[in-house]
Amino acid sequence: MTGVGPISGDATPSRISGGVRRSVSHDSALKHTQGSALYVDDIPTPLNCLNVHIALSDRAHARILSVDLEAVRGAPGVVCVLTASDIPGSNDVAPVFGDDPMFVVGAREALVQCAGQSLFAVAAETLEQARHAATLVEIEYADLPALLDIEAAMQAKAFFEEPYQFVRGASESAISDAKHQLSGRIEMGGQEHFYLEGHAALSIPAEDGDIVLHCSSQHPSEIQHKVAGMLDVPNNAINVQVRRMGGGFGGKETQGSLPAAVAALATRLTGRPAKVRYDRDDDMRVTGKRHDFRIDYTVGFDDQGRIDGIEMDQAARCGMSHDLSLAICDRAMFHADNCYYLPAVTITSYRCRTNTVSNTAFRGFGGPQGMVGIERVIDEIAHHLGKDPLDVRRANFYASSGTASDRNVTPYHMTVEDCVIDDLVDDLVASSDYHTRRDEIRTWNENSPVLKRGIALTPVKFGISFTVTHLNQAGALVHVYSDGSIHLNHGGTEMGQGLFLKVAQVVAEEFQVDLDRIKITATDTAKVPNTSPTAASSGTDLNAMAARNAAKTIKGRMIQFLAEHWSVVPSSIVFDAGQISSGAHAMSFDDLAHSAYMERVSLSSTGYYATPKISWDRKAGRGRPFYYFAYGAAVCEVAIDTLTGENRILRADLLQDVGQSINPAIDLGQIEGAFVQGAGWLTTEELVFDAAGILKTHAPSTYKIPTISDRAPDMRIHLWDRGKNREDVIYKSKAVGEPPFMLGISALMALSDAIAQARPDNAYPDLGSPATPERVLMAVEREGQK
Amino acid sequence: MRDHLKFILNGEVRRVDKVDPTATLLNYLRDSQGLTGTKEGCAEGDCGACTVTLTQHAPDGGVEHKAVNACICLLPMLDGKSVTTVEALQGKAGQPHNVQKAMVDQHASQCGFCTPGIVMSLHAAGLNADRLDGETAPDILAGNLCRCTGYGPILKAAEALGSKGEAAPVRSDLSALESLVGEDMTSGETKGRRFFIPTRLDQLDTLCADHPEATMVAGATDVGLWVTKAHRQLETVIYLNQISELKTIRTGDDTLWIGAGVTYEEALPALSKHWPDLGELVRRLGSKQVRNTGTIGGNIANGSPIGDMPPALIALEASLHLRGDRGRRTLKLEDYFIDYGKQDRTPGEYVEGVEIPLPDKVDRLRCYKLSKRFDVDITAVLGCFDIAVREGQITSARIAYGGMAGIPKRASHVENALAGQPWTEATIRAAMHEYKHDFSPLSDMRASEEYRAKAAQNLLLKYFLEMQGDRSQTRLVGLGSNLS
Ligand code: FES
Ligand code: FES
Repeated sequence: MTGVGPISGDATPSRISGGVRRSVSHDSALKHTQGSALYVDDIPTPLNCLNVHIALSDRAHARILSVDLEAVRGAPGVVCVLTASDIPGSNDVAPVFGDDPMFVVGAREALVQCAGQSLFAVAAETLEQARHAATLVEIEYADLPALLDIEAAMQAKAFFEEPYQFVRGASESAISDAKHQLSGRIEMGGQEHFYLEGHAALSIPAEDGDIVLHCSSQHPSEIQHKVAGMLDVPNNAINVQVRRMGGGFGGKETQGSLPAAVAALATRLTGRPAKVRYDRDDDMRVTGKRHDFRIDYTVGFDDQGRIDGIEMDQAARCGMSHDLSLAICDRAMFHADNCYYLPAVTITSYRCRTNTVSNTAFRGFGGPQGMVGIERVIDEIAHHLGKDPLDVRRANFYASSGTASDRNVTPYHMTVEDCVIDDLVDDLVASSDYHTRRDEIRTWNENSPVLKRGIALTPVKFGISFTVTHLNQAGALVHVYSDGSIHLNHGGTEMGQGLFLKVAQVVAEEFQVDLDRIKITATDTAKVPNTSPTAASSGTDLNAMAARNAAKTIKGRMIQFLAEHWSVVPSSIVFDAGQISSGAHAMSFDDLAHSAYMERVSLSSTGYYATPKISWDRKAGRGRPFYYFAYGAAVCEVAIDTLTGENRILRADLLQDVGQSINPAIDLGQIEGAFVQGAGWLTTEELVFDAAGILKTHAPSTYKIPTISDRAPDMRIHLWDRGKNREDVIYKSKAVGEPPFMLGISALMALSDAIAQARPDNAYPDLGSPATPERVLMAVEREGQK
Repeated sequence: MRDHLKFILNGEVRRVDKVDPTATLLNYLRDSQGLTGTKEGCAEGDCGACTVTLTQHAPDGGVEHKAVNACICLLPMLDGKSVTTVEALQGKAGQPHNVQKAMVDQHASQCGFCTPGIVMSLHAAGLNADRLDGETAPDILAGNLCRCTGYGPILKAAEALGSKGEAAPVRSDLSALESLVGEDMTSGETKGRRFFIPTRLDQLDTLCADHPEATMVAGATDVGLWVTKAHRQLETVIYLNQISELKTIRTGDDTLWIGAGVTYEEALPALSKHWPDLGELVRRLGSKQVRNTGTIGGNIANGSPIGDMPPALIALEASLHLRGDRGRRTLKLEDYFIDYGKQDRTPGEYVEGVEIPLPDKVDRLRCYKLSKRFDVDITAVLGCFDIAVREGQITSARIAYGGMAGIPKRASHVENALAGQPWTEATIRAAMHEYKHDFSPLSDMRASEEYRAKAAQNLLLKYFLEMQGDRSQTRLVGLGSNLS
């Protein structure tokens, strides 16, 4: 491989171990299995470390009339009680809008806005003492009327902003002029992240009142900035480090600020190290979740099921504060089309303010909800026309890249240049044997009175880039030491997705050294500043580019040095498998590092990257918010029990376009995990709030994520071998973190198919999510059947 | 009487004095031993991140290895036993254990937080030389949640291990355990709170007489949660797990006896043999880790409204044997449950065992457990049926439900509507109307009242249809199921 080449492009596997396109194991894999990979709660704490417990409200909406903390302060082991009046700076842990108070008690306006809200905190010698002391508080409340769900908020017109719209064409007349019309509603539940490691933050005092924080966070820079603002110190007084998370999924994008701020405040007040670690129940009560949505639709279409016009109203339960809800609801709108060209379309989004926990980022970031909406519409159109939903899907696909058709403009006026869904679906239809199986299932069902099967193929088109444009940037820091070993750092965080490994593979490829020469290091706000969250599936696209740019800078200096040293032209110098050569000259990478150091060449560099081409005018609802799209499709076969509603995935065929993979094993792992999580969202995972707005499902005993025995007996997962990123993305790969989550939608649609066949009448199943046994049974037995 | 605990941790003998009667093994490992490889994911026995391997004397005189959840394993339960944590698996020179290697090779960890627990579940299976393959692994691992991988690579790792698990060197384990054997009772006291670990029933009788207010703990899969979730402080605790007299399983001429201290896992083979559905119910009600410690006696004694054993045992006409300082008595299991939170058990009385009539010829028992997830989920509705038919006539019907009332309860009106009637779908459909006289179920986070009412009726029809064919045509099961 030559030293000077395009920033990204094809790489043929080279002779180094662990370069790109290799299925290298996760860098921490062995440590994971040995229990030696450290998470925040595993870091040995200094002897005098305090344990801090946050007291949570059990009211949905109430004014606090009085608070008596005397008994709390006097309880055994208590060192201090933390309230808003102890905060030197701002009483806020919100990411953008300043509306998430750190504590309600002591705040200027002592208003409880949801159950599970942080009231105050207790710092004690042990966690048990802190927890026990917190129960001794006496609070007098005046309850206020609470808006608990979408319906209540819609009635009250309680929104975070005016309903926001995408409009293209005249949808109303297109619908009424169409041959067929339909309208309906689908409701889908939220989802708990259930990262296996709960939130934790360890705060350690440093000189000058500075604080070092170890957090489980996807966004260390935000924590740094929020904690600094809370303590009223400059950002440079706070250092946040994240080595790894035990899962994030978006749940650690903004939600880590509260525990970090509380730990930091305890340190500030006492001068002692302090730790906050939520237990599972508190974690599930205090942190936001995926937004539940309600989508109303009216659609007009022709005999083929091709859509002429459509209107969709998306209403989302955002909770008590903004958090990231506006961007999440935007992304639901951006994905209301999924893979389908909508000739005349109006999408209206309602961002409902409710007295429930503030919902937050979760893998897909609203995209899945938007996509379920349109998949549901297609499913119902097909049912209405008595067609195979796959035919209706295909009739509506965006025009393929390279074809002359103008059916390629999204509801937000972006031209889809890279559509490959037709080809990808063709391949999946063939490999999954879709048509034969669909026929067989229909025959099978005729002879099976109790169990019924169903099948569905659903596609995914997911936009890659933060739709908040300024976040599409990244920084990295690379050092080559004089022995040739390399230190790698960048702004991305590791939550299990293999980001650190992929970036290291890219750097190894660039320097042409073995992967094990590269030390992967914790994300650290002192090394790379002003970072974006590791989110929007962008981790590798952004950080690998930045790291590669840093490596290129160093490599350029090395080449310059060698060109002079050997008196050769720079372009003749080749880095290959640990050797650097030009004609008869050769040197090992390690020797080069040493020689360059001796000749006073800088072997350290930052690297920076900003995504090109994107722009977005939110007000006009126009632009190119996405650099490119990631595509995929899934076929799911399910069975239901028509007497109990129990259901089961029997087989899943997944095909995902990851471009040209940097690490196929890692990408396959993301696809499988995301699919299972997506199917879980739509089937077993149910969040239940009671009439007072209290979450009743706050532990794995009551909130059921899929377990190993729910796995489909037959799973066939493939990277699409024709996949290639047409844009200049690192090694022509594509983002993989979120897109396959939406492959799980095939499970819901397959259930709909099974239920339709269980009903003797021809009514549409009208299945909402999660499709628990209860929802399935009710859909089977809904009035009109007998 | 010994006043301290003695157990083996990763090969070293530990003596622990002044033990909090309900200290958890997980906190002990993480907080006082610095063994942070064992993780806390839920502290309620539902995620498996805290799984460790427990080695103890087996009933046959050898040793056995059990995956258990450290988060709800209370320290006194370890007395005289040996615990292995993930830190102790690698070889002396740091070479990875087979299980660790298989997990790495198959890309079976992503965030890695569930991984130590999964490694330990597979480790325990390996030590017991359990068969590991695509059929057995889902049950062995159903109690280990992973949010990242989707489980495929983990399953592959288990399959790759196959029978490569290393059966443990029994002799050295045995002698190590022997070295711990001391007096016949251990007890401890700290800050006025105390615990007792009797080894014989006569000791237990005396303790019950002296401390009628004591909490009795067998497997701690319920009481453990009182500690870790409800944060209750128990003052006096009597641990039952060292009393071998409570651990008998005895097949008589026409009954099966299961001692109160028999774990689910120990009872599973006998139950599955006579009643495959009961075996599957037991398999589903708890993960391997929970079944390894939880006991059938415990599931009954506490009168938990969500216990799955009582409805099945009531359908089988089981009787309950209670014992106390004033002697023994036997009652029908269904009579034990008086009302929500109220059982026919006086202070100082304990459950000695349950006696189940064996099926005369054919097993007619069917248990339908409805929950959001197949494995390791609390029941929304559990219907258990045993209907006898002779020459087309229903001769007897025993039907009991869980989840439909504050206690496990028989569907007496439905039973009456069936008795003496022809065994036809018409009879069944008529009887389905009787449910409203038997139950007025409630709505909660597991299911609505409407669903419970509807599904409960449908289960009767399901039973009828299923008795005409084989289960596979009428039933969906998870991957870990024994029924197929
Ligand atoms: S921590 Fe979840 S089972 Fe123990
Ligand atoms: S690897 Fe993250 S939970 Fe299993």
